[in-house]
Amino acid sequence: MSKKIVQIEGVGQTFDTKSGRFTALRDIHLDILEGECVSLIGHSGCGKSTLLNLIAGLTTPTQGVMLCDGREIAGPGPERAVVFQNHSLLPWLTCFDNVYLAVERVFGAREGKAKLKQRTHDALALVGLAHAETKFPHEISGGMKQRVGIARALSMAPRILLMDEPFGALDALTRANLQDELMKILAATGATVVMVTHDVDEAVLLSDRVVMLTNGPAATIGEILEVRLDRPRERLALAHDRQFAEYRAAIMEFLYQKQLRSAA
Amino acid sequence: MNTIVMASSPTGPDAGAGSGPTGAGRTRSEAPRAGAATGKAAVQAAPAPERTEPITARFETALQAGLRAVLPPVVGMLLLIAVWHLATLGGGGIPSPGQTWQAALVLFADPFYVAGPNDQGIGWNVLASLQRVGIGFGIAALVGIPAGFMLGRFALLAQMLNPVISLLRPVSPLAWLPIGLLVFQRADPAATWTIFICSIWPMILNTAQGVTRVPQDYLNVARVLKLAEWKVFTKILFPAVLPYMLTGIRLSIGTAWLVIVAAEMLTGGVGIGFWVWDEWNNLKVEHIIIAIFVIGIVGLILEQTLMLVARRFNYESR
Ligand SMILES: Nc1ncnc2c1ncn2[C@@H]1O[C@H](COP(=O)(O)OP(=O)(O)O)[C@@H](O)[C@H]1O
Ligand SMILES: [Mg+2]
Repeated sequence: MSKKIVQIEGVGQTFDTKSGRFTALRDIHLDILEGECVSLIGHSGCGKSTLLNLIAGLTTPTQGVMLCDGREIAGPGPERAVVFQNHSLLPWLTCFDNVYLAVERVFGAREGKAKLKQRTHDALALVGLAHAETKFPHEISGGMKQRVGIARALSMAPRILLMDEPFGALDALTRANLQDELMKILAATGATVVMVTHDVDEAVLLSDRVVMLTNGPAATIGEILEVRLDRPRERLALAHDRQFAEYRAAIMEFLYQKQLRSAA
Repeated sequence: MNTIVMASSPTGPDAGAGSGPTGAGRTRSEAPRAGAATGKAAVQAAPAPERTEPITARFETALQAGLRAVLPPVVGMLLLIAVWHLATLGGGGIPSPGQTWQAALVLFADPFYVAGPNDQGIGWNVLASLQRVGIGFGIAALVGIPAGFMLGRFALLAQMLNPVISLLRPVSPLAWLPIGLLVFQRADPAATWTIFICSIWPMILNTAQGVTRVPQDYLNVARVLKLAEWKVFTKILFPAVLPYMLTGIRLSIGTAWLVIVAAEMLTGGVGIGFWVWDEWNNLKVEHIIIAIFVIGIVGLILEQTLMLVARRFNYESR
């Protein structure tokens, strides 16, 4: 059995808001295993980002314990790299410098400049952007920006990659392209991934497990679906795959029957 | 904004009058043609050959666009001069545009003469004022920008100092002049002090606002990377705040240039403000009008230069 990288035990999150206390998450129990890809799916506003930010350490839980490699998560750190929803590239740095900032921080103490630059080149080449190194973020397309964000995260050689709707802002074709590339990268690097998505196909295609969250407030894990499709997975072949359709249907059923929004 | 352009192109009106109407005629005759083409048969690629007109035609349209941009400001300026001229027709103390122009020719023939400590060319007076503004503003920037960063970073400090700033900021700069005279005992540093105190507020406030508006995403990047404080400052905070800072600087310089004229009227010495006052005592009103133009143009140049710098550092719109 694979090693547990992240352990989430009885975690809850309440926010103090102007209109009183608001419980976003409660009773979350989840282990993330080494090398697996886990998606978090649920209706908008249920608390997916909140859970991801907890794993990242950007926020601290109000209940429960969160461990990374057996140690309590006390704050963010480069071993839990985050790909932000809106890429979050620094607009005054070139693509190269955006990635270099991360590489320098993680490896700067141990390695020389030439090695650091090589790592930066490699990371950008991995996402197919070797030609765009000298470009500024405002000079490249949305899909390319998101790739640079992924390159920056991967360049840190993280224990786990956390992605918050990484392709949410992209058009369908670009999204499909990036999903395929991400699958290749994950296969090549064996990275562990937790990914937030609201796209059912994306969840099934990329994940080993799909974690379905109930509606907020006080959302928790409703069901966990194990996706036992062989890798490498082919988008076209899977389009007619019976098992794929069943997984898809299971998630749809959860989202649109069991968790149908009463308010919406 | 465009005043400088037209002031330096007196040929504008003639050229404009010649080709202005033609320009209007061209656009009018072209519009229905394009409309008919799309209306009749969209399949026909009719407009294509029209696009590849000879170079001269394209040059002509560029010229027309340029004229359309330049013409209105030129007309506005001419209007101002016309009104000024009409106002002086009936006599009175105000010199006419012609008289002022004559006086300006004499004045700018030798802007850098020195005939004693209180009688120097207009060039020296402008430079003396710019120097005071430069020193007062420079010290204000050295104090105000770091203060703005502190205020933006530490909410407690902001809570403490915001009421103080709100109280002091609306005070007329000239009210600070006696304090300066009292503390420094001399006129020159008192004027500089006045510039300092009036140009510091926009820099503090805008810098502080910039710091509080740094996108949380960028700071989250810094947190995930666990960047050192210094790196956070140089790679994220400073570049993110820079546009706000430049806005503060621009406002400050504008205020400083407004205030120096008034301050110098009170303190005397060499400077454009004092010069205005001196010419009033000499009853050379045309010189006062020239000074008004000079002050306006220098202020405009300061502002435009900083606008250019600011555009260079505006990352979002690039
Ligand atoms: N810092 C916060 N303060 C108060 N409420 C918050 C905060 N962050 C998130 N929430 C609330 O928690 C719920 C879950 O938000 P979020 O995790 O962003 O949802 P999503 O699943 O769409 O990513 C929402 O109702 C949101 O309003
Ligand atoms: Mg979200």
